[in-house]
Amino acid sequence: MSDGERAVNLPPASADDGPGLTDPPVVEATGIVKRFGPTVALRGARITIQPGETHALVGRNGAGKSTLVSVLTGLQTPDQGTVAFGGDPAPRPSDRDAWRRHVACVYQKSTIIPTLTVAENLFLNRHSHGRTGLIRWPTMRRRAQDLLSAWSVDVDPQTPAGDLSVEQRQFVEIARALSFGARFIILDEPTAQLDAAAINRLFDRIRDLQRQGVTFLFISHHLQEIYEICDIVTVYRDAQHILTAPVAELPRAELVAAMTGEAAADRREERMSTVDDSTTAALSVRDLSGAGYGEVTLRVGAGEIVGLAGAAGSGRTEVAETVVGLRTPDTGTVEIAGHPHRPGSVPAALAAGAGFVPRDRHHQGYVPDMSIADNATLSVPRKLGRNGYLSHGRRDRLAERLIENLAIKTPGSDLPVSALSGGNQQKVVMARALADDPRLLVLINPTAGVDVRSKEFLLGKVAETAETGTGVLIASDELDDLRMCDRVLVMFQGRVTSEITRGWHDHDLVAAMEGVDRNA
Amino acid sequence: MPETVLADTPASTAAEPRGRQITLLGGRIPLARLRELALIPAIVVIAIVGRIVSPVFLQTDNLINVLQTMSEIALLVLAQTMVLIVRKMDLSLESTMGLAPGVAAWLVGPTGAGHGLGLLPGAWAIPLTLAVGTLIGVVNALLIIRFGLSGFIVTLGMLIVLRGVLTGISGGQTFFQLPQSMLYPGTAEWFGIPASIWICLVLFTVAIVVLGWTGFGRSLYAIGGNVDAAKAAGIRTDRVLWIVIVSGSMLAALAGLLLSGRLASVASAQGNGYIFTVFAAAVIGGISLSGGKGTMFGAFCGILLLFMIQNVLTLAGVPAQWTGALNGLIILVALTISRVTGGKVQE
Repeated sequence: MSDGERAVNLPPASADDGPGLTDPPVVEATGIVKRFGPTVALRGARITIQPGETHALVGRNGAGKSTLVSVLTGLQTPDQGTVAFGGDPAPRPSDRDAWRRHVACVYQKSTIIPTLTVAENLFLNRHSHGRTGLIRWPTMRRRAQDLLSAWSVDVDPQTPAGDLSVEQRQFVEIARALSFGARFIILDEPTAQLDAAAINRLFDRIRDLQRQGVTFLFISHHLQEIYEICDIVTVYRDAQHILTAPVAELPRAELVAAMTGEAAADRREERMSTVDDSTTAALSVRDLSGAGYGEVTLRVGAGEIVGLAGAAGSGRTEVAETVVGLRTPDTGTVEIAGHPHRPGSVPAALAAGAGFVPRDRHHQGYVPDMSIADNATLSVPRKLGRNGYLSHGRRDRLAERLIENLAIKTPGSDLPVSALSGGNQQKVVMARALADDPRLLVLINPTAGVDVRSKEFLLGKVAETAETGTGVLIASDELDDLRMCDRVLVMFQGRVTSEITRGWHDHDLVAAMEGVDRNA
Repeated sequence: MPETVLADTPASTAAEPRGRQITLLGGRIPLARLRELALIPAIVVIAIVGRIVSPVFLQTDNLINVLQTMSEIALLVLAQTMVLIVRKMDLSLESTMGLAPGVAAWLVGPTGAGHGLGLLPGAWAIPLTLAVGTLIGVVNALLIIRFGLSGFIVTLGMLIVLRGVLTGISGGQTFFQLPQSMLYPGTAEWFGIPASIWICLVLFTVAIVVLGWTGFGRSLYAIGGNVDAAKAAGIRTDRVLWIVIVSGSMLAALAGLLLSGRLASVASAQGNGYIFTVFAAAVIGGISLSGGKGTMFGAFCGILLLFMIQNVLTLAGVPAQWTGALNGLIILVALTISRVTGGKVQE
């Protein structure tokens, strides 16, 4: 457990400044053990967070991050070990109010009630009451407005919370946490559903709050973000604490090595282009126009990987969804592997030879309570039997092959997908896209919320698929996804504005996605 | 702005620039309120149509008649609305409405023609009715909340069991010769208007205030909207669910009492089939079957609208044999209209 350990006595940076020495840590957890039945989720884990710092917690899926968050927020009591806030022992598990004064967590899953207004969400269960004992709505709205403007959150307290964007929702949840008096906030993968511009706004907000004395624990799969915003990083692996170090002193390769337990190749080797111009194009789109995009013409050759980049709202997702028939275009044609297919029909697109990884696996990707075998073969009933009957044997054989092919970590193909970790869930979605040996593979944000290893694996699988002559279209704003593309088409405000061939620099692509003309 | 807000209390200076905007927002009519009032125009239209069809429609006697006949089922709508807002369902309300007064009539009623046992004096009838309602609610809540069974299936089972028990104790007959105390709520008049109308209106008013202006009422919406978030906010969700389910059954027992009193009897089929109208009224009134949405006022408008339409049809001389088909049709049309005007897909 002490392998690779260093910088245990924190904080190295602020040790001479005084406050770092005298102030007790905001939170200190030591020797935390937590078991769920036979599984050990945390094995003597610990973390110490000093006031005012932004502390990153990283680890692959299943490293014990989520369990630590539950322990730190008092939602789960550890089997062993102690948690202290500012030097005092943690409150009793039942005393939710006391916990809330110390710590708050903004989860990936919303804790906002969509049917109620923002104001009511902020003051749920602590409404403003008048002398009659009835709720005074005007007072509450005013308090909500005060709270939101005090933390410069630009949201109308009267809006139903369900209408908020992910970004606004996070700000509202942060403001709510602060209103309880908590000055320590855990952000659980806050950037997973945000586009580049929104991530920048979130980081600005974090820096602002940091200056005002708020301490953050930041959980993310994106190492880039950790280097950008965090001071200290703690790595967990296999339910154990591996190391804690200042971010500035830890090179990226070492961080990845600590997370995976092995030295990672520093850079993925350059992929050889596998474009095959001799056969029909995998995808040919002409003058496609619809809600959110217009005049899109693009071609994906057999064996070619084409990126469709752009910020959120640029129309990249809409174009990709139109290609696979989830949306109906107003005008234009879509040809998959030479077959013009009826626009706006998913079955037609699948029949023409498309495989598809949708935008959000939780919503459109899989049926959580159905088994891996059922999910992976959902779109290929034809392969499983004739006349509408499904052969369970054939299904399981096909599923076993897919599980092996995609290295999905599971005891068997009959496990429900909801029991898998995020990375493996995404692999199931990918397995389904590949189940029918597609001529065209359309991927939207294929590595969102997926850990480093699974991400490399998934992208490697995409490259492998392209080698077999399949055309690939990747709609994403994730630079790592786009790096492997032969060409990247950049969309801005619904139009394809530029085409960048392989070998680009990050800042060129980002500038194009943000609509900045670097030559001007 | 940020430097002013280090302390817990939001600094007043920070809020000031937005001060004007707040009054502006406060003066604005929230969209939710409009949805709630959406049925008012429909009610007005029906009133005008009714007046054209027959001059009798708008006469006080007729309106009181409409309100009285709907008062019992309106209490079921009230109960179901609470249950739906917390994202549960209670199908057994209609059987509770029959069984609760049925048990009272059985134990209190005279032996002989009334099929009673005559075990208890007449004054016990009302407490007995309410006690039976409470007991049914406790059983439902126990199965649904304590043992985590599906609310739909539990109350479907209870619907059948309770109906069967009433048929069993009554031998499929009707209880007559009810004690005076049971007749009172359904027949008395207060200030010239039947007591059941008063009871119905007062209870709806109380429910509107509770759901809109108390922490308890808002917790119902929170639970229906996102139960985990409600728990995280410190709401004791199980306790709230218990209160909602048990008080729902008590309301159904009270509704049964009013109906029995008005008809001076308890038929073994009392309340049979009411639940469909109850659901229809709630959904027409804007209550979401997926929880967390809708208001008590909307639900009241829903049931009022249904009964007004039925009354207009009766006055227009539509043969009684056709009212069933027309009722169903009205519900479908009303739902379609609210889908078109509300814009959201109904679950």
